[in-house]
Amino acid sequence: MDEARDVPEFRSFGGNEPLSTESDTREMLRNAAKYRDQKKLNDYFIVDLDTHHIETGSWNEIVEFIEDPILREEALSAKRKPESRLGPVLFHANGGMFSQSVSGRIPHSNLASGEPRDDLSVHGDVVPLRRAMDSFGIDRMVMFPNALLQVGTHPNVKVEVNLAFAYAKFMTEVVLPGDPRLKTMALLPFSDPDACVRMIDMYGDHPSVIGFTITSVRHNPVHDNKYMRVYRMLEERGLPLSFHAGYNWQDGYLRQLDKFLTMHAISFVLCNMVHMTNWVMHGLSERFPKLNVVWIESGLAYVPFLMQRLDNEYLMRQSEAPLLKRLPSEYIKEMFHCCQPMERTNLKLLEATFEAINAESQLLFSSDWPHWDFDSPSIITDLPFVSEQGKRNILGENARRIYKKL
Amino acid sequence: MKDIYVDDFDKLKHGERRLITNGRLEIGVFRVKDAIHAFLNVCPHQGGPVCQGRVMPRVEEHLSDDMKSVGMSFSDDEFHLVCPWHGYEFKFQTASHVGSSSISIRRYATKVVEGRVYVSV
Repeated sequence: MDEARDVPEFRSFGGNEPLSTESDTREMLRNAAKYRDQKKLNDYFIVDLDTHHIETGSWNEIVEFIEDPILREEALSAKRKPESRLGPVLFHANGGMFSQSVSGRIPHSNLASGEPRDDLSVHGDVVPLRRAMDSFGIDRMVMFPNALLQVGTHPNVKVEVNLAFAYAKFMTEVVLPGDPRLKTMALLPFSDPDACVRMIDMYGDHPSVIGFTITSVRHNPVHDNKYMRVYRMLEERGLPLSFHAGYNWQDGYLRQLDKFLTMHAISFVLCNMVHMTNWVMHGLSERFPKLNVVWIESGLAYVPFLMQRLDNEYLMRQSEAPLLKRLPSEYIKEMFHCCQPMERTNLKLLEATFEAINAESQLLFSSDWPHWDFDSPSIITDLPFVSEQGKRNILGENARRIYKKL
Repeated sequence: MKDIYVDDFDKLKHGERRLITNGRLEIGVFRVKDAIHAFLNVCPHQGGPVCQGRVMPRVEEHLSDDMKSVGMSFSDDEFHLVCPWHGYEFKFQTASHVGSSSISIRRYATKVVEGRVYVSV
């Protein structure tokens, strides 16, 4: 290495090993921090509408907040007996949850990160989130869990209800106080409308709970009359309703897809397409015109497909959807869509999608960090066909318009 | 253009790398079998640190004569560099994405002189 000393401007960086699950978020996102500075992202108000809090590592703490004493005891039994090698009890993730890293090729997506957490003044889960916000240049980060996005598939409604409340309490009392930039949209225990009402009553005024979420992985038709008072409550309080997509490898059609890639590609879109179709064709946009509805983590390419498909069939079968006063696509245009994972292998198609959904006023930036298919804010600033004001809207101003607590 | 000494060839084992920087320029220098490759540490997808990803053998799927899939295996001959941000996978030989030859990482010329590895910058 003698000659290396002769060229002092050159030095090794980051060690000579590949990044791993042990790597610091700041090292993993070192290039993102460069783009933050190069593209002056700190000059934008950036809201990340979808980041994931890795609840797996804090599961033993979360279940302490379960209200039902029987379920709490069931969950805590595993904590008390680690030698028994029990997995997290009540943890209801279906197949594939641990396959996201493509056999370790994408280490940041591993659920149990071994990243060192040096700031002891806040809960350990806050530390990597702060590092990610700082690296990307994000001003507000809205967090969702991982496996809990599938809680709507649990056969025991009491489990769904208790976990939704335990998670809301854990987040609002333990994680969110760690940084004022952190926000969440609390999970509605949608299988139990009474519990949804109680959830909105409890957390609707919390300053860090900016809205509420229906986890899309479920089989509860959103137009069921039993939900109308839930939507009315949200509309009256000016709180947006989001649908967060996920996968369900156990769903009948998806069981034919034997690769994580193919299952993921279809499943994340399918659940939101079903709910969006029911929402529009049952006239829920007419019934609750002031309720802002946000669609999360299905990308964008499916939206113009569904707009065309529903318009085409609606014109031939209008009598089946008499509540509609306009074309289905016109309601979808007034909804809000999170961009990630933004399909952009064909920029002409993406530009047409932006036009179809009125992206400059309706699109919301979301990163999905730390998942394997995350998007960084520069995917918006790099778009050649969006105006400067449009970029500012998408990165943060559209979110600030509809989320009053940001 | 100047040649930068990286390390001795024998100190780099198959699959190992040296990461070097000069100002904003970051380059990963790899040994794959008996060849040396050097790339810019920027993935063309979203700018990820491609040179800090794993070196992986190609995954191959095998077909029988009657076109039935008979399983997958790792290649003994072809190795890829995988971006740790999103898994974009590049061939060392061509610097192009395994699934789309129009997507490439930037390559730098290398040479080995008297057992010493150099990259031209």
